[in-house]
Amino acid sequence: MTGAVFTLDFAGIGAEDHDRVGGKCASLGQMTRAGVAVPPGFAVTTDAFRAMLDAGGLRAGIAALMAGLDPEDLAATETAAASIRALISANPIPAAAEAAIRAAYGAMGMGMAVAVRSSATAEDMPDASFAGQQDTYLWVQGTDNVLEKVRACWASLYTARAVTYRAKNAIDQTQVLMAVGVQKMVNARTAGVAMTLDPGTGDRTKIVIDASWGLGETVVSGLVTPDNFTVEKVMEEIIARTISDKHIELVGDSALGEAVEREVEPERRNRQCLSDAEVLAVARLAKRLERQNKCPQDVEWAFDADLPEGENLVALQSRPETIWSRKKAEEPKKTYATGMLGIVGTLNSPLQVRR
Amino acid sequence: MDAKTTLFPSAFEVKAPKGAEGWESLYPYYTRFQPSRRAEDDQKFWFCNSQHWPTPLRPFDVIFLDFAIKCLGQYNSRHLLVPPANGIDYRILNGFVYFSPVAVAPEDIGARVPQFMDRAGHYFMNWNDLLANWKVKVKDMIDQMNAISFTELPDVVPVEWVKEGRGLDNTNALFAAYESLIELSYKTWQYHFEFLNLGYAAYLDFFGFVKSQFPTIPDQAIAKMVQGVDSELFRPDDEIKKLARLAVETGVDSALMSGTVDQALAAVAARPNGAKWLAAWEAAKDPWFNFTSGNGFYSTDKYWIDHLDIPLGYLRDYIPRVIAGETIERPTARLLAERDRISAEYREMMDEEAQGVFDGKLGLARTVFPYVEDHNFYIEHWALGVFWRKARALSKLLSEAGFWPDEDGMFYLNRNEVRDVLWDYGASWAIGTPNVGSAIWPDEIARRRALVKALASQPPVPALNEPPEVISEPFTIMLWGITSDAIQRWVGADTDTGALKGMAASQGVVEGTARVLRSPDQLGELQKGEILVTPVTAPSWAPVFGKIAAAVTDIGGMMSHAAIVCREYGLPAVTGTGTASARIKTGMRLRVDGNTGTVTILD
Repeated sequence: MTGAVFTLDFAGIGAEDHDRVGGKCASLGQMTRAGVAVPPGFAVTTDAFRAMLDAGGLRAGIAALMAGLDPEDLAATETAAASIRALISANPIPAAAEAAIRAAYGAMGMGMAVAVRSSATAEDMPDASFAGQQDTYLWVQGTDNVLEKVRACWASLYTARAVTYRAKNAIDQTQVLMAVGVQKMVNARTAGVAMTLDPGTGDRTKIVIDASWGLGETVVSGLVTPDNFTVEKVMEEIIARTISDKHIELVGDSALGEAVEREVEPERRNRQCLSDAEVLAVARLAKRLERQNKCPQDVEWAFDADLPEGENLVALQSRPETIWSRKKAEEPKKTYATGMLGIVGTLNSPLQVRR
Repeated sequence: MDAKTTLFPSAFEVKAPKGAEGWESLYPYYTRFQPSRRAEDDQKFWFCNSQHWPTPLRPFDVIFLDFAIKCLGQYNSRHLLVPPANGIDYRILNGFVYFSPVAVAPEDIGARVPQFMDRAGHYFMNWNDLLANWKVKVKDMIDQMNAISFTELPDVVPVEWVKEGRGLDNTNALFAAYESLIELSYKTWQYHFEFLNLGYAAYLDFFGFVKSQFPTIPDQAIAKMVQGVDSELFRPDDEIKKLARLAVETGVDSALMSGTVDQALAAVAARPNGAKWLAAWEAAKDPWFNFTSGNGFYSTDKYWIDHLDIPLGYLRDYIPRVIAGETIERPTARLLAERDRISAEYREMMDEEAQGVFDGKLGLARTVFPYVEDHNFYIEHWALGVFWRKARALSKLLSEAGFWPDEDGMFYLNRNEVRDVLWDYGASWAIGTPNVGSAIWPDEIARRRALVKALASQPPVPALNEPPEVISEPFTIMLWGITSDAIQRWVGADTDTGALKGMAASQGVVEGTARVLRSPDQLGELQKGEILVTPVTAPSWAPVFGKIAAAVTDIGGMMSHAAIVCREYGLPAVTGTGTASARIKTGMRLRVDGNTGTVTILD
C-alpha cells in the first residue's frame, strides 16, 4: 500500500487526517494542536486496519462467515460475529503496521502505562459511541500488550449488534473501518465529565460537572454517585453543588498492569473531591472547548496526581452534545418586539421578565 | 378582606413612638393619612421608601419629597404618558415616607400607547442632543442658585435709592431671593425626572429580553453588561485618588497627614511644591466636591465642599496606600474588558436573530443608562448642594435676626412658614417693632426638634395594608427592588434563623466582622476589612469601599448605589435585605454571599 500512514501522533493530526483517525482521536488531535492539555499519545489509523484486513485473507474469511446469514437470526448472527472477532484476534498485524505501532509506543517511553481506546469513523453506526459498543482498555503496559489491545479494539467493531445493523442496512462488513487511540494513562486523583449546558433543562448558561475520585470511568458508567456542581458559565461562579457518597474508585495498578476498582476509605467518601478553584478550572476548560468546537460539548477530564498543581488538569475527550442541540433546532422560531414596541411591552408586563 | 387580617398594618393603627405624639403637626395636610380618607388609603398597598428617606424628615425637608414625587409623576402621566404607570402617591407616617404607585386603569392603557411612542420615541431618537441640552439647563439652574444671596435688612434704605425715586426697599430682593431659590430647585427637580424613567424603561426592556433568553441568568450579569465605568458619580472619589498620588509625587503628603484642614493646607503651602498641589486641590473642588455624604434630600446633608475635613479624611486613607505601592485607582480598563467579555459570551449563546435584537437593546440601554447614574451628580450632589448652602445662609441670617437661637432653626419650619417669617422680618423692620417670631419660634422649634428626635427612635413599619398578588409596577421594581419576593422577605424576617435574604447584587463570598452604620457621620468608625451594614449607602461613600470587605443594605435593588460601587470594586454585596441593619450588630461575624444574596450571622 502506498502513502499509508499507520500511526499519527496526536500533535500531528491535521484536519485532513480526521477520516483515518476516527472521531475520538481527531478530537484529541484538535485539542492538542489548540494547546489544550491532553495526555500525549498517537492514533493507529484506519490505514493500519485496512492493511490488517488485506492481509492473511481476512476479508475473504469475514465474507465467508457472513455468506447466507439471516440478520434476523440472532443466535446465528451472534456466532458469526464471535467468529469474526476471533479471526481478527488471531490474525497477525502486517509487519509495517506493527513496526509503526511499536515505534510510536516506544517513543512514549518504555513500559509506559497507556489507555487503548477505539476511535470510530463516520461510517460507523450513528449511535455506536453512545451505546458503549467499542472498547477501552486502561493501564496497558508493554508493546505486546498494546498490540493485543489494538487488535481487540478492531475486533470490537464486530459485535453482534453492529454486524446486524450493517447487514440490515446493506453495508459491507469490511467497508467500515476503525482507528485506535493509544494515550498516556492519566494517574487520576479526581476525574469526571463536564457538560457545557444543563442536561436537565438545556440551559446553555450553565456548565454541569460530575466528579469522583480516581479515573472517570466510574462516573461515565454510573458506578458511583458523583459530586455534582453547577457553574454559571459566563460569570464563572459555582451556583449549586451536591456532595455525594463516592464509595469506590478506579485506580491504576502497575503490578497488575490494569486499572482496579477499590473501596474509598470512609473519611474521603463524603468529601468534596474537587476544590472550588478546581471546579472553576474544569468549567473554564469545558468553556474553552465549547468555543473551539462552536457547539455545546460533553468533556471528559481528569486531575493527574503526577503533574504539578496548575498544570494537572487534562482533557481526555470532548464531543458535541447532541440531545439539546437537536431539540433546539426543532423549536419554533421566537419573535421579538424591538424598538419602542419592545419598551411598551416591557412596561406593560414587567413581571413576565422578572421570573 | 377585613382590615385587621392584612399582612401589614393599616396606617391608622400604627402608633407614634413615645414622645412623638402630635408629630402630625410637623407635616402638611396632604402628606398625612387623613381619617376622612381612610377607606381609600386602607385599600392601597404602601411601602416605606427608606432608601431615599432613611430618617424622619424635618419639616422644611418635605420640600424635596413634594418636588420629587410631583415631578416624577408629571413625566409618567402628563409628558410621556407611560402606558401602565401614572405617578406615585405618597404619605408621611411617623416621619417616614410611604409610597403607593398609581397604575393606569387597564382599559386606558391602549390609548396612551401611540402618544407614548411619539413622545418617548422622540427622546430615545434624540437622546444625546437632548441630554447635551439638559446639562446646559441644569448648569443654568446651578449658576442662578449660586448667584442668589440673602442680605440682612439695613438700618436705612440706601440714599441713592431714595434720590433716584426708586420707591422700593430691601425686602423685595430678600423675598424674591427666597422665591427664586424655591422656584429654581423646583425646576431642577423637573429636569431630574425628564430622562430618568426613560432610562429605566430601556434598561428594563433589555433586562427582560436577556431574561427571556436565559431565564436563570444572574441579575448582576445583566447589570454588568450595561453599566459604564466613567460615570460622573465616580469622579469625586477619582479626584481624591489623583490628589493622593500627586501629594506623594510632589512630596507634600506628610504635610497633609495631621492637623485641621486649615493647618494641613497651610503646611502644604509651606512646602516647595505646595502651590502646585494646592492648585490641583482648588481645581478639584468645583464642581467635584459638591458631593454629599447623604443623598441630597436632607437639610442635614454634609457636602464635602462645606466640610473639607471629609475629603481630607479620605485623602489621609489613600496617601498611605499610595506610599505602600497599592493601586488605588479603579481598574477601568479591566472593568470595560469584563463588561465586553460578559456581553459577548452571552451573545454567543443566542441564535442569530436574537443576537440582532440583543445588539439593538443593549445599544439603547448603554446609551441611556449613563444618565441614570450621572443625573445624580448633577442634581442631588451639585445643584441641591448649592440649594442647601443658600438655605443654610438664610437660616443663619434669620437666626441672627433673632428668630431662633440655632443656625439650623429654619429647617424645623416648612417652606411656607418661612415665607411668613420673612414677612414678619420685613414688616417688623418697616414698622419699627421687634418681630413676633422671636417670641414664638424658639419654643416651637424646640418642641419640633424633640418630636423629630422621638420619631427617629423607632424604625418604620416596612409596609402598610395588603400587598397586591404580584408587584408589577415597573419603576417600583427597578428603583426600589420591591418585588413580591422582597415583600415575602420582610414578612418572614422575624421568624428567620441567622440568615437574611436579599438581592445578589455583586458576586463573591466573604466572611468578616460587621460594622453597622446608621448615618454618614459614623463613617469614621469603619475599620479596614469590616463588612459594612447600613440601611442605604450614598455615592459619596465610595472611598470607604476601598476599605471594606463587603456591603449589606436594607434597601436597594441591582442598580442601587451600593450594588454599583461594589461591582466596581469587586466586593460581594447583598442589597434589599429589609432588616439587616436592625438585626445585625457591630462586631458580629458574618458571611456575605453575593452569589446567592444571603447574609449569615455566624455567631
